[in-house]
Amino acid sequence: MLKKLEAPLAILGEISHRCPLSCAYCSNPIELIEKNKELDTDTWLRIIDEAADLGIHQIHFSGGEPTVRKDLEQMVEHAHKRKLYTNLITSAVLLTRERLEKLKKLGLEHVQVSFQDSENENANRIGNFKGGHEKKLEIAKLVREFDMPLTINAVMHRQNLHHLDDMIKMSVDLDADRLEVANVQYYGWALKNRAAFMPTKNQLEASMEIVEKARKDLKGILVIDYVLPDYYAKRPKPCMGGWGRQFLNISPEGNVLPCHAAETIKSFKFDNVKDKSLSWIWENSEPFNKFRGTDWMPSPCKTCDRREIDWGGCRCQALALTGDINAVDPTCEFSPLHEKIFGSAAEESSNEAPEFIYRLYSNKEVEPIKK
Amino acid sequence: MIDMKERLLLKSETIPIIPKHVRFEFNEVRKEWVLLAPERALYPDKIAIAVLKKCDGKVSIQMIGKELAEIYKAPVEKIIEDIIVMLQDLADKGFLKEC
Ligand code: SF4
Ligand code: SF4
Repeated sequence: MLKKLEAPLAILGEISHRCPLSCAYCSNPIELIEKNKELDTDTWLRIIDEAADLGIHQIHFSGGEPTVRKDLEQMVEHAHKRKLYTNLITSAVLLTRERLEKLKKLGLEHVQVSFQDSENENANRIGNFKGGHEKKLEIAKLVREFDMPLTINAVMHRQNLHHLDDMIKMSVDLDADRLEVANVQYYGWALKNRAAFMPTKNQLEASMEIVEKARKDLKGILVIDYVLPDYYAKRPKPCMGGWGRQFLNISPEGNVLPCHAAETIKSFKFDNVKDKSLSWIWENSEPFNKFRGTDWMPSPCKTCDRREIDWGGCRCQALALTGDINAVDPTCEFSPLHEKIFGSAAEESSNEAPEFIYRLYSNKEVEPIKK
Repeated sequence: MIDMKERLLLKSETIPIIPKHVRFEFNEVRKEWVLLAPERALYPDKIAIAVLKKCDGKVSIQMIGKELAEIYKAPVEKIIEDIIVMLQDLADKGFLKEC
């Protein structure tokens, strides 16, 4: 156990970037890691051991699509043995009854299924995967049939926010425990499609009302997590509970990141699990230490009473939108650039939405399915 | 088809239990009690730990209250009231069921 530094709480294992869907809002990097560069089974099992020894509580298996890996079973089994709480974050389209049942037997404790919409046609259009929505419904039902808790993850945006009510209803019908309403985050591939996804202010205001009401009506039945899109918020959200405070993210090739978008910061060299132990990295890795705590902060943050709440917001976003990694997160209204960026977002969403540029694992752009 | 859930409203005769998918355990590395649920980890305080240890599906809130009232030398009604508030919050988050 580390002395001066608190050990992380959870680990997000992006075990593969491969994915059968081609969501236009994918926030994974433009350059995906190829299959032959993925960490092997033994390395993942070692990571799990090191995580348990550090006192980490939870492991989320994610991607890409984690079920593309045939050794997911081994990882889940081992994590469970080491008493880590196991969570599978999946698009569900590759899962079968047999595989889910096996994963459950090996110790899988929670499943999160992503949905692109509540309505068939639009959902399959957004994910560009025929039959995907039906498959997701089927697997979500199985999760509950096997008596595992279910979270529905719904990425909402301009082209499906009008179905938010239905999405909530769908989650209740599926007997989900939790609904996570996420707004598109404009990193990686998603930035190409910002204009197609940016919701209008009216849409957002309506969505907040819907969520507030549903939270009241469904108290004790469905927990709804809702994060306001960055571009309309007045204050940034804390990055993963604060940079290098609670989370570790491991990329398919083994780079250890403070957050899943951190590799957009090209000036950083991230340490890799193949060279160093998890605890060494947590304690010593330069990118982790660079924005840990409050010492690094620019001037409005340094004295701000929210500095230990949002921890200065998101570094990836500060870099992407201002060009300066050390700048105040421009989602904060105290950022000198806040007005400018807020304004451009509002303008984008008042124009007509362009067609999506889909993401494909091969990185080629594909023809959209016609509306 | 699965039955639709209803909100669980705790009363003093409710027998609370921590559901299978929620883990209440002592982390040997961190040396602290934690309540683990999907995507969440809660660190209960001393009193909450004492209450949660009794949420084993065998005793009612009333009985838990009586026991704790003796230990902490406090009025039973007040303790039961506090336990209900605390556990109701956990139940609403899906961390607690009734037996
Ligand atoms: S730095 Fe930004 S992109 Fe990265 S996790 Fe934090 S909030 Fe997300
Ligand atoms: S000034 Fe800094 S610490 Fe304060 S709210 Fe804005 S980003 Fe957060």
